[in-house]
Amino acid sequence: MRADRKRMGASPLLALPALGLFAIFALAPMIVVVVLSFTNYNGISSPHYTGLANWSRFLHDSTTHHAIWISLEIMVLSWLIQTPIALLLGVFISGRQRYRSVLAAVYFVPLLFSAAAIGITWKNLLDPNFGLLANLTHRLHMSWFPVSWLGNPGLALYMIIFIIAWQFIPFHMLLYQAGARQIPHSIYEAAEIDGAGRVRQFLRITLPLLRNTIVTSSVLILVGSLTYFDLVFIVTGGGPGFATRLLPLDMYINGFERTDMGYASAISVVLVAAALTLSLLLIRITGFGRFRSSHEGA
Amino acid sequence: MKRHTVIRAAVVTAVALAALTAGATAASKKPNLVLWTIQRTENAVETKAAKTYKPANVKVQIFANDPFKQKIKIALGSGNPPDMFMNWGGGGLRQYVNAHKVLDLTPYLNADKAWKNRFFNNVLQTAAFNGKYYGIPNVGMQPVLLFYNKAVFRAHSLTPPKTWADLLSVVKSLKSAGVTPFILGGQSKWPDLMWEEYLVDRVGGPEAFNAIAAGKKDAWLNPDVIKANTMLQQLVDAGAFGSNFSSTTYDGTVTATLLGTGKGAMELMGNWEYGAVLQNAPDLIKNNDLGWMNFPSVSGGKGNAKDIAGNTSNFYSIAKKSKNPAAAVAYLKKQIMSKTYVKGLIALGNIPPVKGIASQLTTGSNAAFTTWCYKLVNSAPNFQHSWDQVLSPNAANSLLSGLDQLLLKQITPEQFSAAMNKAK
Repeated sequence: MRADRKRMGASPLLALPALGLFAIFALAPMIVVVVLSFTNYNGISSPHYTGLANWSRFLHDSTTHHAIWISLEIMVLSWLIQTPIALLLGVFISGRQRYRSVLAAVYFVPLLFSAAAIGITWKNLLDPNFGLLANLTHRLHMSWFPVSWLGNPGLALYMIIFIIAWQFIPFHMLLYQAGARQIPHSIYEAAEIDGAGRVRQFLRITLPLLRNTIVTSSVLILVGSLTYFDLVFIVTGGGPGFATRLLPLDMYINGFERTDMGYASAISVVLVAAALTLSLLLIRITGFGRFRSSHEGA
Repeated sequence: MKRHTVIRAAVVTAVALAALTAGATAASKKPNLVLWTIQRTENAVETKAAKTYKPANVKVQIFANDPFKQKIKIALGSGNPPDMFMNWGGGGLRQYVNAHKVLDLTPYLNADKAWKNRFFNNVLQTAAFNGKYYGIPNVGMQPVLLFYNKAVFRAHSLTPPKTWADLLSVVKSLKSAGVTPFILGGQSKWPDLMWEEYLVDRVGGPEAFNAIAAGKKDAWLNPDVIKANTMLQQLVDAGAFGSNFSSTTYDGTVTATLLGTGKGAMELMGNWEYGAVLQNAPDLIKNNDLGWMNFPSVSGGKGNAKDIAGNTSNFYSIAKKSKNPAAAVAYLKKQIMSKTYVKGLIALGNIPPVKGIASQLTTGSNAAFTTWCYKLVNSAPNFQHSWDQVLSPNAANSLLSGLDQLLLKQITPEQFSAAMNKAK
């Protein structure tokens, strides 16, 4: 018995503190939210049971449907933009040359800021009256050049996706850097002897061996985009119109501005379910759950 | 025997400790009061009132306007509120009152008639529900005015618009001269509402919104409301708000600077903008180049051109959960709208909703502005309290996002009215 337990690794008891915290701060609120989704609750008076009213509203509320669409758009575009850039940068800075580590430190900077600070910074840069862009066009006498990027319903969402990418690429770059550094040098040496060029080495060695890192990073981007809130809240507040009102923001506005906590709870239940399904699905599809080590030494 | 001594010792210690702690509390008997308010020009007056108050330690905590609304809601809902909090009266405060979170001030006001009679009754009414009072005014009355930069008008040989037709022609001239006719912080949405309030009043008279506020059937479908919104979209088409309004956040430092530098010629804003100009573009006032007027008339409209819109005042209310309601009441009675307080407000260009201060208003550096405002409020047949404060938070939110879409021309005035008609 004793030997068995040793083989299984650390005692499961060690997971208790984490489980306890999870139960108190994640599980319990989730249960409360599920209950609240069946009530009419303004956050101040006591909640009243209203049956499926919030849920039938969820099926018919065009603003919420639009918010779901915006969230999906952010998710897909974030993945499409962040993955290749982070991958290339990560592989690049995994090289041992000194200038690469300097660049790595510079690229890393956005990760050190809070989303709020990033939001305020970009909002000021893009301010149509006193921002950098407005200043530049003014100095160059290009008053015809549109500077109201965040006020343009067709452009605001892409600006948000750009700022999110700016914020998170450094993190994913770091993942790829670590992954790339774990690839044994001997493989590249062998490839070089066989006459494989840089590009070929990247496509045939680096990319396949980074498979697990790509999956990890993708899961983080896709599931993470379901929770974006702070940045958008600060930069556009969901506007102009409903152009950047993504699902978590729709939840917030319903809960805290319209004081309809019941409906906001229904939205948050959907968010939790979506995030859970998505991560389970990704793990299943990519075989990430099997923890195959894809190369020696890692 | 032994046990006895132990018990006795314990009792003696307990009594001694109790006496000690009692002595300690007696020494620092001054109650602590926490007051929450928003960032605004009047903060200096509020904090001074708290600092100079001897009977209690009053701690003023200042929050940014928009986050404050959520913060106070959570604090009241979770049962951990500050003793006193700033609010706008109307629908927002009513929600807290209905949830039994706010102290009824009626008995205190009735017990001290001099206190109650210090304020304009119609202002107190904004924070009164079912004949009970829940708030004490803490800043001046806030009518919305049309501010303008006289220098810009001089430079282009224009006169400030008195009628809607004037307004359209002025917009055209200013636009072709490369000046933004009206500064508008459209990203904040509520500045849009000021336009809506005035246009609906001028076209449909006060009855149009009174019907909406009373929840009358199809009140939003009133053709006058649709006409007012058509005019609003006409303004957008004419470039009256420039091309950047939808990404401009309202911020006194920004808007006052735009007005002061002449990048924008006019701004429809609450009278607090005078204080913002005083702080951010003082030369405009020093050179006597800041102009102000009431919103233009609309010919053929039902509204009186003397009608005004805005906030009657902001209020302090006391949380029912406060541990020291009596001390909080005493503080409000002694410090708020005291002589020094009123003086401080007038110095900022405020017009306190306090009786018998006309003589104070005619003196001082801002006399021209404050007396003008005082007269304006006095002679206004109707002073419409801001719609988003009157309506429920839910309807107010639909209203603001609907106006946002209206100004972006994403919806028609008819669609706006239909959507608002459904909002609760």
